[in-house]
Order: sequence, then structure tokens, then C-alpha cells
Amino acid sequence: MEAFFATGFGHLVLVLLQTLALLIPLLIGVAYLTYAERKVLAAIQLRKGPNVVGPFGLAQPFADALKMLMKETIIPTGANRLLFLMAPMLTFSLAVLAWAVIPVNEGWAIADINVGVLYLFAISSLGVYGIIIAGWASNSKYAFLGALRSAAQMVSYEISMGFVIVTVLVCVGSLNLTDIVLAQRHVWFCLPLFPMFIIFFISTLAETNRSPFDLPEGESEIVAGFFVEYSAMSFALFFLGEYANMILMSAMTTILFLGGWLAPFGIEPFTWVPGPIWFILKICFCLFIFLWVRATFPRYRYDQLMRLGWKVFLPFSMIWLVLTAGVLMIFGWLPGAGT
Amino acid sequence: MAFLDRTARSLLLGELASGMALTLRYFFKPKATINYPYEKGPISVRFKGEHALRRYPNGEERCIACKLCEAICPAQAITIEAEPRDDGSRRTTRYDIDMTKCIYCGLCEEACPVDAIVEGPNFEFATETREELMYNKEKLLANGDRWEPELAKRLEMDAPYR
Repeated sequence: MEAFFATGFGHLVLVLLQTLALLIPLLIGVAYLTYAERKVLAAIQLRKGPNVVGPFGLAQPFADALKMLMKETIIPTGANRLLFLMAPMLTFSLAVLAWAVIPVNEGWAIADINVGVLYLFAISSLGVYGIIIAGWASNSKYAFLGALRSAAQMVSYEISMGFVIVTVLVCVGSLNLTDIVLAQRHVWFCLPLFPMFIIFFISTLAETNRSPFDLPEGESEIVAGFFVEYSAMSFALFFLGEYANMILMSAMTTILFLGGWLAPFGIEPFTWVPGPIWFILKICFCLFIFLWVRATFPRYRYDQLMRLGWKVFLPFSMIWLVLTAGVLMIFGWLPGAGT
Repeated sequence: MAFLDRTARSLLLGELASGMALTLRYFFKPKATINYPYEKGPISVRFKGEHALRRYPNGEERCIACKLCEAICPAQAITIEAEPRDDGSRRTTRYDIDMTKCIYCGLCEEACPVDAIVEGPNFEFATETREELMYNKEKLLANGDRWEPELAKRLEMDAPYR
């Protein structure tokens, strides 16, 4: 077996198997995230949420998926057919693609590349193309407005997010995601870099178009924003893409700030639980905050969104980056400084 | 100083945290909704639901075809035809209610001198076709037979306030 996997074809098979092993739980996770969202929102609004299909409504995501599959995909007459159909696929595949570098446990990343953070950042930035293409190809005013908003929003928040990531990188001294997690053996970065952690989390909300930054969708003003014209599976792909992105961003938060697969404090009873379980638990925690925030805050106005991104987060993260780098420099804590 | 205070407060996200604490408290509160088809909320004795024609305990129908309900019905949903029966008593030969016209005002019930036509507690009588909502005398009497125990109780409980 070992010899087979060492050959070129064997390696391909191995990677495919690894991809499947990651993708299937991911897609099930996405399905249950929609269920969890409905349940959490319902609980906060004193409702019960879906509870009829299957025990506790657990079969609801599959019922929804079946419904989506059975429906007709409507392509508006004025739409650009090719781009219209390509946009949801692009959004979804990008959301899934980024998972290639996520280390679920030590050495469990499908592609353990040494520029993992850059790859993640690049892929999540590409996500905006799916949205812009969808908005433009729909040939609809609402969709177009939603796409414009989304583009401006994602670009604005990516910059401060970049500074936050650089701050973490300065502390780690490596772009490899596994190294970033291992650098948090003693203390998770969410403690020393707490303000950065908050800024990063809020930026991920904006990056995934989640409320209170869901202006691209803006249900009360532009109906559904960039995907107004979408129906059936093409709509479902956007939906899945959004939720896969949420999970991805939670995974990124976990890796950068919450110590990835590491058990808290690295002490006895916690270390008995295997790493991937911790990783999943931390992702669930982040996702719960995503949903909790959605249930709590109203949508930002557009100028407020821009003000927050450019006039608060950007200067703040920049100053904190310089501060962190300065502290590391003065005390000689820079990674690799001793060698 | 006030500026510093304000800036510090907004940077520490105090208000956001207290807002989230509030929603978290709600998260653990008991739910306000009920499992509707399996679990139903209480209904007032004056609830105006589906109509029913009642009978006397001996099985004789109460309606004496006075047509007061037909006259008072603001939506003109009731149609009554009547003629003397073989034993000489005045009874309806036709008593139709168009449930698609009915506005559930309860005036027919108010007008009835013998408590024959009443609006019952049932509100789950949705149908698949429009025709099924054209109630005739047979259907209304069947409703009366089905709901009689509850109808009698409702009338009794509401009597002191009439």
C-alpha cells in the first residue's frame, strides 16, 4: 500500500481520498449549519425552530436540499447565461477550495504549503468575483446594487484583516498554518492579541457578508441583493457557499487565534480529547458567535460600514501591528531572533 | 475628557457586549411558541369559529326558520328556505352558509332566539376546494352533533355576561 501511494497515480488517489474525507464532513457541516442557524435564531427569538422533519427536525437540511433540487432553475431573459450559471459554481468551489490548506490536526492538511496564509487570503479575496459576476450577469438592478456593495465591502475589510494576519505572522515567523498553530502551544494568540482577535472576527463577519454587515443581501432594501434572480440549485450553491465560507472563516479564526487543534492550556483532561475534536469544537464556538451576532445586531448603514472599515479598523490594526512588532523587537522575542 | 470617555466606551464594545448578553439570556428562556398541530393555545368561550346548527336533547332541531340570522347577516352569507312540516311546526328546508362570504362577526348567533345557529370553537376547517366551503343544512347539523358538548359548555359559561 505504501509503495502504491508513493507512485504518481497512487499519490493522486491518496489526495482524492483525503479530499473526500474532508469534503463530505464539510458539506454535512454546511447542511447542519443552516439547521443550527435556524435553531439558534429561533431560540433567541423565543421560537422553537424546525422540529417536525425527523427527530428534533434533524432531517430538515436534507428536506430543504431535496426541495431545492426539485425546483426549476430560472434564467432571466436579460441575463448572460454563461456567467449567470458560472457565478454560483465559482462562489461555492472557491469556498471549498480554500479548505485544501486547513490543518485539522498536526500534519492533516491536504496541502501543507509554506504560504498557507497567503493562499487562504487569496482564495477568500477571490470570493468577491462570484458575487460581482452574479450581480452583473443577472441584469437586475437589485442584484447589481448588491454586487457593488459587496465588492466595496469585501475590499475595505480585507485590508484591516491583512494587517491583523500580519500581526499574527510577526509573532509566529512563518506563513505555514501548521507552524502558526504550533506557535500557540504555550498561549493562544487570542489572549496577547485580544484586540486583533476582535477586529479579525468582526472583519470575517464583513468578509462573509453576514449580519450586521449583510448589505450585499440587504433583505429589507434590495430583496436578496446579488442573488435575487437565482432559484433552485444555483441559489442553493450560493447559500452553501456562504455557509462554507462561514465555516472557513471560523476555521481561520481558530487557526490564527484559538490555537487550532491544540487543547486548552495543554493540560491533562483536555489533552485526552483528540485534536480534530478540539478543532471542530472551536469552529462550532466561532460559528455560534456568528449566529449570535446575527440574532443581536441590526444591519449597518452603508456609510457606517465604510467608516468602521477605513477609519476605525484600518488605523487601529496598523497601530497595533507596529506596537506588536515594536514590543517583540525591544524584548528580543522576535521568532528566530535568537538563532 | 468626555471625548476620551466616549471613545474608550465605544472601543471597548461595552454596548455590543451588553446587547449580546441580553440575547444570550433570551436564548435560554423557555420558548413562547407552542407545537401548533400537536399542541393548541387556549380559546375564549366567545371565539367565533366554524358554524354549527344545534339540536334539542331529544334530537329535534332548534332552528325555527325565523330567518333573523339571514336578515342580520352583513355579508349575506346565509340563505334560508322554509315551509311547515307535516306535524305543523315551522322548519327550514334549506339552510346554507357560504363560508367564503362569512366574516365571522357572530351576528347570526346574537340574533338567534333559540340558540340554534352558533359559532363554535373549531377553526381548522380548511378545504381543498371552494365548493366544500358552501355549507348546507346537513353539514351544519353534523357540525352541531360533533361539537354539541363543547357548544353547550361555551354557552353556559358565557351566559352570565349576556
